[in-house]
Amino acid sequence: MSSSQSTPLTGTERTSVLPGTGLTVALFATCFNDTLWPEAPRATVTLLERLGCRVVFPREQTCCGQMFTNTGYADDATPLVRKFVDTFERFDHVVAPSGSCVGSVREQHAMLARRSGDDGLLQAVEQTAPRVRELSELLVDVLGVTDVGAYFPHRTTYHPTCHSLRMLHVGDRPLQLLRAVRGIDLVELPSATECCGFGGTFAVKNADTSIAMGADKARHVRGTGAEVLVAGDNSCLAHIGGVLGRQRSGVRTLHLAQVLASTEEDPA
Amino acid sequence: MPSFQRAARDALANTQQRRNLAHATATIRAKRERVVGEVDRWEDLRVAGAEAKDEALHHLPDYLEQLEANLTARGATVHWARDADEANAIVLGLIRDKGADEVVKVKSMLTQEIELNERLEEAGIHAWETDLAELIVQLGHDRPSHILVPAIHRNRAEIREIFLREMGSVGRPAPKDLTDEPAKLAEAARLHLREKFLRAKVAISGANFAVADTGTLVVVESEGNGRMCLTLPETLISLVGVEKVLPTFADLGPMLQLLPRSSTGERMNPYTSMWTGVTPGDGPQEVHVVLVDNGRSRVLADEVGRQALRCIRCSACLNVCPVYERAGGHAYGSVYPGPIGAVLNPLLRGTGSEVDKSLPYASSLCGACFEACPVRIDIPQLLVHMRTQVVDEASGRSPEALGMKAAAWTFADHRRLETAQRASSLSGRLLGNRTVRSVPGLGAWTQARDVPTPPKETFRQWWRRTHEDES
Repeated sequence: MSSSQSTPLTGTERTSVLPGTGLTVALFATCFNDTLWPEAPRATVTLLERLGCRVVFPREQTCCGQMFTNTGYADDATPLVRKFVDTFERFDHVVAPSGSCVGSVREQHAMLARRSGDDGLLQAVEQTAPRVRELSELLVDVLGVTDVGAYFPHRTTYHPTCHSLRMLHVGDRPLQLLRAVRGIDLVELPSATECCGFGGTFAVKNADTSIAMGADKARHVRGTGAEVLVAGDNSCLAHIGGVLGRQRSGVRTLHLAQVLASTEEDPA
Repeated sequence: MPSFQRAARDALANTQQRRNLAHATATIRAKRERVVGEVDRWEDLRVAGAEAKDEALHHLPDYLEQLEANLTARGATVHWARDADEANAIVLGLIRDKGADEVVKVKSMLTQEIELNERLEEAGIHAWETDLAELIVQLGHDRPSHILVPAIHRNRAEIREIFLREMGSVGRPAPKDLTDEPAKLAEAARLHLREKFLRAKVAISGANFAVADTGTLVVVESEGNGRMCLTLPETLISLVGVEKVLPTFADLGPMLQLLPRSSTGERMNPYTSMWTGVTPGDGPQEVHVVLVDNGRSRVLADEVGRQALRCIRCSACLNVCPVYERAGGHAYGSVYPGPIGAVLNPLLRGTGSEVDKSLPYASSLCGACFEACPVRIDIPQLLVHMRTQVVDEASGRSPEALGMKAAAWTFADHRRLETAQRASSLSGRLLGNRTVRSVPGLGAWTQARDVPTPPKETFRQWWRRTHEDES
């Protein structure tokens, strides 16, 4: 990979062999990020290439079907499970900058395949789904790194999104990665594990309750005095950021990948 | 009942109730977390609890027959009720046989589910709730809003007012100098209830557990008022949902550890009462047990949904639910509120009504309920399962359904997605970096949230530009 060598190295310069050397990782950008928040998958590519990985982006990919599944449209979601498997089953490692989409792949695709009665699909899902990882899982578990050589000199707080926390059980992996970022002033978020109230179509179907939850989350974020709110899901960030923006709080929201990709030469 | 969304909107406007709920749930949540954290093998206990309930549910007819045989052998009379009407008719007949015009009641969710009090009132029989919180709800002409703490939405000042205003019209009045100190309020309730305990000839209870191999019924409580009902009157009528059965007495081991820690955050509940049929010369001399189905067979027939019948009504899922905390219990339109109510009600009643159609959507699927459930009911999975049922039963022609179809069509082929994205990023170019404050069709979103501006370049356009030779 020529691009990884041309990228300036910081924290990882000490190791002679980059942790991702020889590793091919397929990127599942997710439909929401691809269309609305391309900064997150872009930062994921930058970061993984900096760590020596070869990143590929199968163009046939579209959507994991989560929105359909969670709204009750199982029949509409099932063809997307087939498409996901067709796109990604040939890769040993798949990464996505979204806890909730990875959660949907790992927790719901098998349920949909079972419901469809297609044994071949179920088998393909059972082989593919465990190889799909959220960014912090790939970095810590597969590449074995917590210091990714990032530089981000800002007061920052972290919201662990529900699906990362309770579906994927990523634990403190994102925090391990953030703590190793040079210059960062990481402050704890009160009631961090409480849902922000996004919940996909919940934000529209139960707008009043969703906004009440988002307002409490925004209040906790503002209470920390952080300049930046970080999370591993742009959908949650769009919701909390939408409330913070309406309040003209001045707090910026960034995806975890953007902070980890940030360097002195190319700051986020 | 209105849909959850509409009821929740009204509840959210009640700021006093929101404050009461936030305070109460945060207190119970912290207590529960502390005492659950003390148990080294909590996860093993959860598994044992779930397995005991599953064993009973998988062989339900056998265990119910065993329960009936053992109850009968010990002198109790067993009745079977298919639905609320049958159960209420049996109870009413038994009370009339005794010539009673009032009964004292142990807190019971099942009797609320079948609206027994209302049916008895219609027949001229007063049913006195003796649980402190149920008494507050009953005197306040209110509805319970929590499984375990039915008056959770009320604060002390409100309770004082209710006692002063209402107690005198149904029995011993509250003392005139009543303050809102908890001890004074409890004393007023104690004196008010005491004369009812001593006078009543018939008591009605539910049961937390019914043990098949011994014919033993179990009630756990905190106040001792239940024990007064279970021991003083001559006749005891216990209404038991068929899912309450446990195979063996040993199964109470995990249950009596799981329940108090999950519900009240106590290591053990203060009062555990067990009764097995009739004991001559001690306690009620006539014991009737009404085994009630009322939709439970329907839940049992649903392979995914049947795990909801494991529920031991601890209400841990309510106390950790961010939606319940804000919307309150009444919004769920049932005696079973919170996450478990959002699945149990549509499972028991079907998804025909407005409220039962809306309940599976009364969750952000954050998963806190599953984590807290002592018998491992995967409530998020059940919510999605019930949403699928709601969608499958609909016409498929709603604007939402048509939108979903269109989106699924777009996502079926990446070239269609790319075409759609070109339209989206075009709007991004037109909007520039301006913050979007209103979007047609997204009214609910823009009410209190800014909308992110679509980017000028999608990810895949960037990839093509920067990595074209590699893909």
